[in-house]
Order: sequence, then structure tokens, then C-alpha cells
Amino acid sequence: MSELAVHPAGHHDQGFVKTYLWSTDHKVIAMQYLFTGMLMALIGGFAVYVFRMQLAFPGQSVPLFGRVSAGQYNSLVTMHGTIMIFWVAMPVLLAAFGNYLIPLMLGCDDMVFPKVNRLSYQIFLLSAVVLVASFVVPGGAFGGAWTAYPPLSANAVYNLTRYGATVWVVAVALEFVAFLLGGINFVTTAMNSRAPGMRMFDVPIVVWMIVIASILFMASVGPLLAGAAMLFFDQVLGTGFYDPATGGDPILWQHLFWFFGHPEVYVVLLPAMGIVAEIIPVFSRKKLFGYRTIVYTAVATGVISFFVWAHHQFVAGIDPRMASLFTITTLIISVPIAEMLFVYIATLYGGSITLTTPMLWALSFVAEFLLGGVTGIFLGAAGADIYLHDTYFVLAHFHYTFFPIAIIGAFAGITFWFPKMFGRMMDERLGKIHFWVTIIAFNFIFIPLFMTGAAGDHRRIFDYSGFPDLATPGLQRLRIIATMGLVSLLAVQPVFFFNFIRSMVRGRVAGANPWRANTLEWSAPSPPPHGNFAELPEVYRGPYEYSTEDREEDFWPQHVPDDSPAPAPAATAVGWR
Amino acid sequence: MISWYVTQASSYAADVDDLFLLIALIVGAFFLAAEFVLLWLIVKFRARPGVKARYITGEKTSETRWVNYPHYLVLVFDILIVAAALRVWSEVKIDLPPAEERVRIIAQQWAWTFVHAGPDGKLDTADDIRTVNVLNLQVNRLYHYELHSKDVLHSFSVPAFRLKQDAVPGRAIVGWFRPTVIGEFDLQCAEICGIGHGLMPGRVRIRSAGAHAAWMEMAPRMPQLASVTPAMPATGAPASFAARAASVEASAERERGNR
Amino acid sequence: MEVPTGRLAIWWVLASETVVFGGLLGSYIMMRLRHGAWADQAANTNTWAGAFNTLVLLTSSLSAVLAHQAAERADGPKAARLLRYTILGGGVFLMVKAFEWTHEIGEGFTITSGLFWSFYYTAAGLHAAHVVAGMVIMFIVSLTAARNEELHRVENVGIYWHFVDVVWIFLFPLLYIAK
Repeated sequence: MSELAVHPAGHHDQGFVKTYLWSTDHKVIAMQYLFTGMLMALIGGFAVYVFRMQLAFPGQSVPLFGRVSAGQYNSLVTMHGTIMIFWVAMPVLLAAFGNYLIPLMLGCDDMVFPKVNRLSYQIFLLSAVVLVASFVVPGGAFGGAWTAYPPLSANAVYNLTRYGATVWVVAVALEFVAFLLGGINFVTTAMNSRAPGMRMFDVPIVVWMIVIASILFMASVGPLLAGAAMLFFDQVLGTGFYDPATGGDPILWQHLFWFFGHPEVYVVLLPAMGIVAEIIPVFSRKKLFGYRTIVYTAVATGVISFFVWAHHQFVAGIDPRMASLFTITTLIISVPIAEMLFVYIATLYGGSITLTTPMLWALSFVAEFLLGGVTGIFLGAAGADIYLHDTYFVLAHFHYTFFPIAIIGAFAGITFWFPKMFGRMMDERLGKIHFWVTIIAFNFIFIPLFMTGAAGDHRRIFDYSGFPDLATPGLQRLRIIATMGLVSLLAVQPVFFFNFIRSMVRGRVAGANPWRANTLEWSAPSPPPHGNFAELPEVYRGPYEYSTEDREEDFWPQHVPDDSPAPAPAATAVGWR
Repeated sequence: MISWYVTQASSYAADVDDLFLLIALIVGAFFLAAEFVLLWLIVKFRARPGVKARYITGEKTSETRWVNYPHYLVLVFDILIVAAALRVWSEVKIDLPPAEERVRIIAQQWAWTFVHAGPDGKLDTADDIRTVNVLNLQVNRLYHYELHSKDVLHSFSVPAFRLKQDAVPGRAIVGWFRPTVIGEFDLQCAEICGIGHGLMPGRVRIRSAGAHAAWMEMAPRMPQLASVTPAMPATGAPASFAARAASVEASAERERGNR
Repeated sequence: MEVPTGRLAIWWVLASETVVFGGLLGSYIMMRLRHGAWADQAANTNTWAGAFNTLVLLTSSLSAVLAHQAAERADGPKAARLLRYTILGGGVFLMVKAFEWTHEIGEGFTITSGLFWSFYYTAAGLHAAHVVAGMVIMFIVSLTAARNEELHRVENVGIYWHFVDVVWIFLFPLLYIAK
């Protein structure tokens, strides 16, 4: 990657530290977020391996871990959930792809505030270190679930993980601050740094989605940040914000948490949908169906997401009449999301579809997320949620949404933009093997868990042996199948890492535009140098002009002037690799 | 579909199951249709040499109606599901039919205590029966439960009843159920409450009237222990949930005072 | 709609801060409505000190506005001087606060004395932290402004200071006047 050392703005070779560790270049920062997220995914993945082995073979020593105690079980589920949402989904989907793509797709040389960008990653890294440290503090990692409901989370006498609980709150608060800072760049760059000629509706969908997601995050996280400060004070100073004995209210935390928590799922969903929206047109050679519809429904989803939060609290002790209201709003939000999925499916009509690895991931996102979406209806319908709340049905639902978002979306984006990031192609055969085994294994994990949830398996239980109605051979068989699915899923991931690393070093050279795509990042060299473009591009059309009538080529890059009969050469200057 | 796995042991269990089935049929149909269309399009429009893709913007009405019609259908079915869901929700959580018997449920780390009203039918009297982890009920009797927590959040969950209610410290939450099947079923804590969360299973034992009366006779009377929470209003439950909650809170406030 | 990036960034920061304070104060208001007895606790706050501090902050916001005007006229040294008056105002505010809190803690009203006081110290403390942060940033801006450089920052830091002011305008009645 010596390209980073040579570029048009005339900077000199800056050395390893400045180039890779202390850089303000948005692409380097994106890679930092990506690799940190992938590393945290390994930790979160190990945690789930351990506790699912405990569930499949209760009381037996888990290979690579040992016997799982009740307290360790709670810490493992807590850290798995916390890590996957805040330290995998957010950094990979929002920060990594946001940082990498936004300046490139908008045709500019970097984010508006590069130093704030660097600071945001550093705070994020600090938050990750703090969180991982909680594994080794006395008492171990926090064991009160990623939702951290008080009084359990506020009082060490109850949770028995005094230091872990406080470290957890601090880590989460730091992560929030990091993403608030990061958001500044996404929004200002998208508003002010677009290439000349790029109107609002010429901006690629993924950029729209990341910007809307950043705004959603910013608008929703504030109350939880305040709530986290209150929880911290309860833990450390003995204030009683959430303690009924002092006049406090445990339910207050729940409202603050879920007021953020629900928009948060759209904060991660929208970027993933954006990634899929970029891939489907390229590999069906078709204009994205209903660009404006997608933007409007994304905004509508974001707005409605602020009015559904208490569907997490139907049986929590809130006024039951409030629950009726939230059932209505929750089912309403299914409408714009369904619309978006229908629009993606409609894009395929009349297309010319090639099933490359990125396309397989993108299409499987739609196929799998559909199940996640429809199972949400059961939970939003308050009458059914009385039974389903806190069962594995909920868990299966949110994994059928989160897995497509965080894992499928990430793999889709990585396999699609890898050639741009590293200048080389990934191996298609390895990519397909990884894809098929991952997807099949994923379904083997969570279909059984819908069933065990409907049968009454409640959450965060380390051993069902004490429950005669649940300790049946049939249900245990389902739990074992789910665990075997997980083990298979984890076992095939090395194929991806092998493919990734080998392709970085020895993959086929990619060239600037191997996928023959339209958006501006494909007009920069692969990988783009510091400063991205030798000459900043101008934009003449929208991002999805594929297979336009009266043209020979089936794609029409945004930066190619109107009167050219054929697309301009993709590399903008001689000499860039 | 839930009843394939779990007995319907309360008067509203079938309603919850029917709601689940209704939702499953509707969303199942949509799900299968969407997946079918997705797969069919992938197969039908796979790349073929010499065949160019079409240019469709998705902005013309003739094109968008293919998306709009399913979209409106989603809205229609959503309304249907909302109506059905609210009916069940109202039945279980908002309505409060008159009680034939009361039971107080006290959740703590990590056990359940049940205070049965005893032969006189009134709580907080000398003939109350206190049990730990086993809830003894008479079939076809309408119970009001009064749910407390001594420490953290717990959740009173009886899958066979299709009932769940979080227990919140500092509150007494009132609800109802009517067991309809004689037998024994699991009772769970459905809100993570510490390391013993999985170690507080309970059982619900439902007996016929005669057997239940026999149990009451045999059950040891325990001396009246200091109540877990401040004194409850002595007579009857106010009509609405909010009023209920308010009256409980008010008496709790009076007793606690305010710092 | 072309908004200068610096101002966009500041508005973003303000928006996120608004939700943080909004969440905290919203929680306080809801709890306060439930606990009528808190009025007795609130009676122990020093309304005169609070009122004086309101006046101090408003005055300091005025000098921030004047600093902006000077910056618009490209008079960097004058803008820097006016910014330093604002910082002084912040300093006076903090001193009065220190005096208030010392007195209240001396009377036995600490952050764990009761839920009213927990909210009181948390909300006022969070606000005071923002005052300190504002003073620091303003000082840095005044250094460059004095050299007639980066004068656009004067407006942006002024916007931030006005926000700090507005939060106090909400805090004052909620914590001091509602008795």
C-alpha cells in the first residue's frame, strides 16, 4: 500500500505510525473501525460459542473455556449482546462504511473535519479497551444483560459484578460520545462537500442512509446518555435515581433506554439497507426502483421509530392503555420497511442478474430480513407479546434482523468494496463457500429457537433442567441443533479471513472499476491515494443509470459528461496502481 | 400453534393462541409470497448472453402500482392484526373481572413466595397460607394476583396460562387469571434478576375444588410475618388500572414518607 | 441550502446536547410531578444566588454577541477582549455556584440526601461542566482571534455559549423557583 505515501497533494512519506495509526485520512480511519469491529466480533462470537455450548450440554466443560457457572453465563450473554450491537454493528456498518464511502461517493478528498474524525476513532478505541478490560476486573464482566435494567444494574449487592457494571456503563458512554463526534462529519460532509453537479437526489442511497442513521442516533442517544450518568451515580455514589426506596423509579431507566434502543436498531438497519441498495443495481444492471420512495420511507421509518419504544415494555408495569398506543405505532412502522423491501425486490424485475458473492449476500439480506420483519409483528401485537416477551421467540426475531444487518450487510459491503479498498479481487469460489455455509448454518441456529421460544423457553437461563415443562428431550434436541448450527457458522469464518488476507496480498489486480459500476468511488484508483482523486469529478446524472436505452454500454458513470458516447477510462490518471 | 407445545390452562390462553395463529397465517402468507417472488425474479432474470436489462425508473404509476398494491395490503392486514391484538390485550391486561380469590405473589432473589387468602378469602388475615415456589390454585376460580418484588425486577410467568407480568420493587401490580385445567405447570421468572435467575423455577398446582379445599386444610398456618411492602388498601380493587396503581402508590407513599 | 460547515457542526453539537439535557430534565420533571414533597427540599436552594447567576450568564452572552459583531468587522483584538469578558462571566458564575454548593453541603444537602438533591447536583453539575468546557474553548479561540485569525470561530463559540445560557434559563426555574 505504498500508494498512500505517494499522492497528488505533495505530502511526503509519513512513516508507518502517521500513515496507519495517527492518520486523519478517512479511508484509514474507516479501516481502523473495520478491523476493530471485526476483532470485537471474534470476542462476541467466542462468548456466544461458550454459552450455547452450555445450553446444549448443561454442566459440561466447554472446550476452550471450562465449566460455565451461572454468574459467568450472565456475563457472557451480557457481553455478547453489548459487543455485537455497539462494538461490531455500529463501527462496521456506520463508521467503517460511512467513513470509507462518503467522501469517495461524493467526489471529495476527505471529511470536513479530519481531526475530529481521528478523535472519534480514538475515543471509540478507548471505549473498546475499557469494555474488554471489564472481563478481567474483580468480579468479572457485568452480568445484568445488555439492557442493564436497574435495580439489578444499579446495585452491586444484586448483580455481584460491581466493577464490571461500572466499567460497562463507562464504556458504553464513551462509545456514544465517539459516534456523536463521528456523526458531525457524516452530516456536514454530505451537506456541503458534494461534487459539482451532484444534486440531493443524485447522492447514492447508502450515503443518504448513513446520514439519516447518524441523525437518528444523535437525536435518540441523548436521554440515554443522561440516564447512563444517573446509573453511574447510582452505582458509584449511592444516589437513588432508580431506587424505589428513595422515590426513584426503575421504569425510568427502561424508558430512557428504549427511547434510544428502538431508533438504534434503525441506526444500524439503514446503512445495511443502503449497502444492499448499492449492490443490487450493479449486479442486475438495473436502475434502482423508486429512488425517491426509498429516501422518503427511510425518513418516515426514522421518524416513526421515535414513537414505538414502549413495545419493549408491554408487560413491564407501564399503564396498559399506553401499550395499546404502542401496538398501533409499532405495526405502522412495518409499512415503510415492507415498502423498502418490496422496492428492492422490484429492482430485480427485468434485470440481468449475476450471482457474484456480493450479490448473494445482498439478496440473502432481503430473504432473511423478511423473516425477521414478519416475526416482529407477533411481538408488536401486545396481546401476543404477553406470552412471547422474554422468550427465545424474541431472540430469534431480533437475530433474523440483526444478523442480516450486522453480518450479512457487512459481508456484502466488504466483498463488494474490497477491490476498491485493496486494489485486488477476492476469490469468488472461497467467497461462495463461505456464503452458503454461513447462511445455511444461520438458519439452523435460529429456526429451532423460534420453536423453543414458542414452547416457553425464557431468556437468559443457563440451564433448563430445573423446569420440568422445558427439560424435555424434544426441546433439548432443538437447543442442540441451534448450537451445532452456531459451531458450523463459526467454523466456516476462517475461510473468509483466509480469503481476505490472501486476496489483500495475492488477489487478482482489480483496476478501478471491476464491477462496471456508476458511483464516483469507482472512478478513483484502487486503492485511492491520499486525496482520493487526481482531479475532483463533476457529476452529470444520478447513480443508478444502468442499461439506459439508446446506449451501447449498460452502465453510465456519474462523472462522465453527457455527450460522451462511451464511459471515460476509469482510472483518472496514469501511474496510479 | 403454541398449543402444540404448551397446554392451554387458563381462560384466555386460547385467545392468545388464536391471535398467534391469526398473525402466523397473515404474515406467513406475505412471507411466502415475497420469498417466492424474490426467487422467481432471480431465476427468471438471470443474465443471459445478448439479453440486455430493461430501464425501469420506478417513478411511473404503471410501475409503482406493483409495489403499492402489496403495500396497501400490508396496511389493511396491519389494521386487522392491531384490532385482534388489542382485543386480547384488553381482555388480559386492562379488564379486571371481579375476584373470587386473591393471591399475593412476592418475588425475590431467588425464590417465589405466595400468600393465599385461606378459607376466609381475605388476604392479611390470620388464616393466610404462605407457600414457597409452589402456587396452589383451584380450577375455574377467578384469581386476582398482587405482584411484588423485594429487590430487583422479576417477572411472573406461567406459560400454560399465557400470562406474564414484570414484578417491580416499590409497586404492587394487580392482574387476573382463571385456571381451567387440573394439573401442574411451570412457573418462571422471566426477567433477568441476577445469578440465580435460572434457579427460581416454580410450579403451579391446579386442583379440583375438593382437592384444593383438602390442601387448604392440610397446609400449615404460618405466623403473620411483617408484610413485605407497606399496607395495602384493605377493601376491594378500584375499577381502573390507573386508579389501582395510584391507590397502591399513595398508601406506599404515606407509609414511606418522602425524603 | 449552504450552511458554513463550522456552524453546521456547532448546531449538531447543540442538537445532541439538547437531547442529553432534555432527557435529564424531562426525567426530573416527571419525577418532580410525582413527588409533591420535593418542594420542601427545593426551598433550601438559594434563589438569590440563582437569579444573580442568571444575570451573570445573560451579561456574558451579551459580550459574546458583541465579540461576534467585532469579528464581523474584522476587529480580532476587540473580539478577543470581549470573549475574555465572557470567560470572566463564566468564572463568576462558577464561583457563585461553588459558594452555593459549599453552603448547601455544609447544611447536609449532598447528592445522596434525597432524589431532589441527586437531580439538583447532577443537572447543575452537568451544566457547570459545560460552562467550564465553554470557557476553555473560548480561551483558545480568543488566542487566535487576537491575531485576527480564524475569526469565524468567534461566532461559533458564541452560539455554543448561548446554548449554555439557554440550558440555565431552563434549570433556574426548575431547580430554584419551583417551590
